[in-house]
Parts: sequence; structure tokens; C-alpha cells
Amino acid sequence: MSVRPMIGRDSRFFWDGTAVGELRVQSCNACGELRFPPGPACPDCGALDRGHVVSAGVGTVFSYVIHRHPPVPGKVLPIVLALIDLDEGVRMVGEVTDVHPDEIAIGQRLQVDFHRVDDDLTLPIWRPAPQELAQEPAQEETA
Amino acid sequence: MTGLSGKAAIVGIGATEFSKESGRSELQLSVEAVQHALVDCGLTAADVDGLTTFTMDTSSEIAVARELGIKELRFFSRINYGGGAACATVQQAAMAIATGVADVVVCYRGFNERSESRFGQFSLAAATQVNTNGLDNAWTYPMGLGTPAATVAMQARRYMHEYGATSADFGAVAVADRRHAATNPEAFFYGKPITIEDHQASRMIADPLHLLDCCQESDGAVALVVVSAERARDLAQAPAYVAAAAQGSGADQFVMTSYYRDDIGIPEMGVVGRELWRQSGLRPDDMPMAILYDHFTPYVLMQLEELGFCGRGEAPGFVADGAIEIGGRLPLNTHGGQLGEAYIHGMNGIAEGVRQIRGTSVNPVPDAAHVLVTAGTGVPTSGLILSA
Repeated sequence: MSVRPMIGRDSRFFWDGTAVGELRVQSCNACGELRFPPGPACPDCGALDRGHVVSAGVGTVFSYVIHRHPPVPGKVLPIVLALIDLDEGVRMVGEVTDVHPDEIAIGQRLQVDFHRVDDDLTLPIWRPAPQELAQEPAQEETA
Repeated sequence: MTGLSGKAAIVGIGATEFSKESGRSELQLSVEAVQHALVDCGLTAADVDGLTTFTMDTSSEIAVARELGIKELRFFSRINYGGGAACATVQQAAMAIATGVADVVVCYRGFNERSESRFGQFSLAAATQVNTNGLDNAWTYPMGLGTPAATVAMQARRYMHEYGATSADFGAVAVADRRHAATNPEAFFYGKPITIEDHQASRMIADPLHLLDCCQESDGAVALVVVSAERARDLAQAPAYVAAAAQGSGADQFVMTSYYRDDIGIPEMGVVGRELWRQSGLRPDDMPMAILYDHFTPYVLMQLEELGFCGRGEAPGFVADGAIEIGGRLPLNTHGGQLGEAYIHGMNGIAEGVRQIRGTSVNPVPDAAHVLVTAGTGVPTSGLILSA
């Protein structure tokens, strides 16, 4: 049996999104700042006005783990878990499928897909990105 | 020296045996440890007016007080965030004593962490707790990231990538811990040192972490008695003065998964370190040794950097060639650490710091006038400097 996420008022929009095939990232309606994981306030400007954008679902491996022991409910081991820097600028944890544990690497490009566990839960899951998405977008200059 | 520094001292230490199956309740373990700690310093339960422990501990302060026959408590408190609480229990005690809120405060931690609730397993309880920690865990546990080893491995992999550290660099910590445990009769791995080849050959748990990068699961309890510096001088043992006691939480902090900030290392330990140096007026060069929390080896390297013993990315070189073993320039975890002695959530490390100040450690460091001790890493945490 898969592990269920605890879902609250501040995170429900994310799980409502995965159910319809959208990877939603919180955006502040006042200042536009993106944020993950979500929360009730904007740590940048303090506004209590949460919106969201739908991510293009493409990102780059920032770090990764190959989990071999001990057992994980609902998973057949080993599994590859990654920290993924989305092109929109936020970072999240995801399971990477369709990749051999020896081939996962920092810097690898991934694309999101959605794994429907049952009627109540759809999890984002990640696969190696197709060739046309292999290039990381140019970083914005920061002052 | 400022504020809290030098106001209180650890005067009594007590522990049960460290095992894989204690055969008795977690409450009994804690009660036994407190009894031993009181005998150690020559106080009795009637002297105790404060108790403090971890939020995670299953034995409440009032339950421990009942078993010990303590009639009234004037101070009781708990600290959150797993092993990050260890040194903060002593900070709680020291603050209570320095402000006159209490006179004799006992810090305790006891559990059957191997024979009952094993922390190394995937924790459904952590994923389903009804609070913000449970909500935070929604971003990792359902994806399959839910064991301590795996959460740490994510940071360890990035550390290797950024600084060129290797698994063998992590292994240097395991070899040092097990060497020290090998001469400590209280250690679970007494008489069982390992080589770096043993470390490299141990099975992968959460790549890049091998089995021998991970601490034990243990049953046992430790208790520490804290009183004022003045009262300490009249008791049975040489006092270990609390020269500094600090807590730390960093920017965009999570319990074990502070992955969303630019630096996914352990900046919260930097917060602790800066405060320890500020309170004590001491510097890393003043430390002849340290007890660095070692539930997973990579964090020991990261701590050396955050605490200022070496620069960022320099810990692999720092720990090479036996530098962190007895006789080296900064011996660490002279009791064997949590990899070698036992995993009592960092409290056994504080007890070893006290033994070094007293000169009673089985692996004594000459002239150990100051000992730095840290609590759980990768979590909101705490630290101490104990002084003779």
C-alpha cells in the first residue's frame, strides 16, 4: 500500500492538480514569487494571497539517492529518488522511473508524468526527458 | 563569556546498559538512568525539582517523577526535532538554573529503539502526524523518501558532487568511531574495530551510504544532572561547566528535508556554532577534541566545516590520516559515537564529554579542558561546550 500524503488547506491545490495531470506550483498573487513547498503566506512579501501556476514539468537533477534498504511501502526496491530543479526555479523531490540506477546523474534532464495510484491519489513521477528538452534553459542574471 | 556561560554544570551522569533488547519498558530505562545519575553526584530524588527531555520521548516528565518519588516539579520542558534536542535539554536545564526557576534539573532520554520502534525503518507515523511536520512530509514520504538514511543520502550525494568527497572520506568517520568503541567496554561494538576496506565492502543502504555509514539502532537510556556552578563545587564529581549552550535553525528549515534552499547542507549547525563561540569566547583552535553527532557519517564532515574547524569542502582532507582518532589533532567521539557505542539520540555523547572533563573516559584526551558536543544533524539542532 502506498503512503498517503497529509493534505491540508494550504496544499490541497497541489494534489487537486496531480489528479488532473497538472504539476502546480504556488505563486503569490501579490508579488508573483513562486514557492515550493506551499504555505499560507508569501515569505517574500508577506501577502496571504496564494495562487498557482502550472509547471511545464521539466527539470534538472540536483541530487539523487538509490534507495535499496529497508522496505518502502508500495515500492519495489531499488528505487531512484531525485531532487529536481524545475525550470521555473523551484525544487522538489520525486521518484525517477525508467532509469537504470547506474545511469542517473546530477544534471540529468527529467520530465514529469503522473502515476494514478487509485481514485484518491495521483503522484508525480519523473522520467528522463526527451532529446528536445535536454538543454537547460539559460539562467537569468541575478544582481 | 556572556549570559549563560559558566552559570551551570553537569554534575551527574547515568546510563543503562546499551543493548538490542533491553527487556523492560522505556519508562523503566529512563528511571534507572536518572537513579544512576543521581547516585553519581550524591544527590537524591528529593533534590530534583526539574525534568526535561525530548518531545519524542515516550516517558513524560510526570511519569518519571512518579516512579522516582519526586513530589513536586517546578520546571519541566521538552525539545522537538528528534536528536536535535539532545544538547538543548542541557540548555533548558542551564537556563532554568541560571534564572532561579529550578535548582536541580535532570535531562533524560530512554527508548527501546531497536527492540520496539526502529528509527531506521520507513516511518508511516512520521508521514501521518497531524501537524505541520506531517504536512511537510507529504513532499517526500509518498514519493518513497522516508528513511533517515535516504534523506541524508540526498545531501551526501550533493556534497560529493560539489566538493569531490568520496565514500572513503565518509568511511574515515566510521573507522575512527569503531576504533574508539573497540576499547570501550560499554560500547556495543567493544572489541570490534573495522577497517576502511570493511566500510567499503558493507552493503549499500541508500546509495551513496553504505551500512557502515549508518549508526546503530539501540535500546537504552542516559540521564544528566545539572545544577548551579556554586552548588556543583560541593558535589561528588568534578563539574563539567556549561561554557556555552545553543540551539539553531536555519533559513527555510524543515525537520530532515531542508532541500529547498540553495545550500542543502546543514547551515543550522553553523547557527549553533557561531552562538557557542560567542557565548564561550572560545574558538575551534581551543578544542582539543569534540563529540560530533554521528547518526550518519557525512554529517560529521559537514559539521567540521559549519563549526569552523576547516573551510567549506575541506573536511575530507581534515579527517584523513587518523586526524580524528585518538592521538590525532582533533579526536572525535572517543566513546565510539553512535556508530560504535550506542544510539541514544546524542545523550550518550554528552555523557562522554563529561567523562573527558573528569578525566574518566576509557579513551582520555590529554588536557581536555574543553569539549564541544553537538546534537542531531540535518534537523533543527543544538550544541554545548563543556569546560573543566
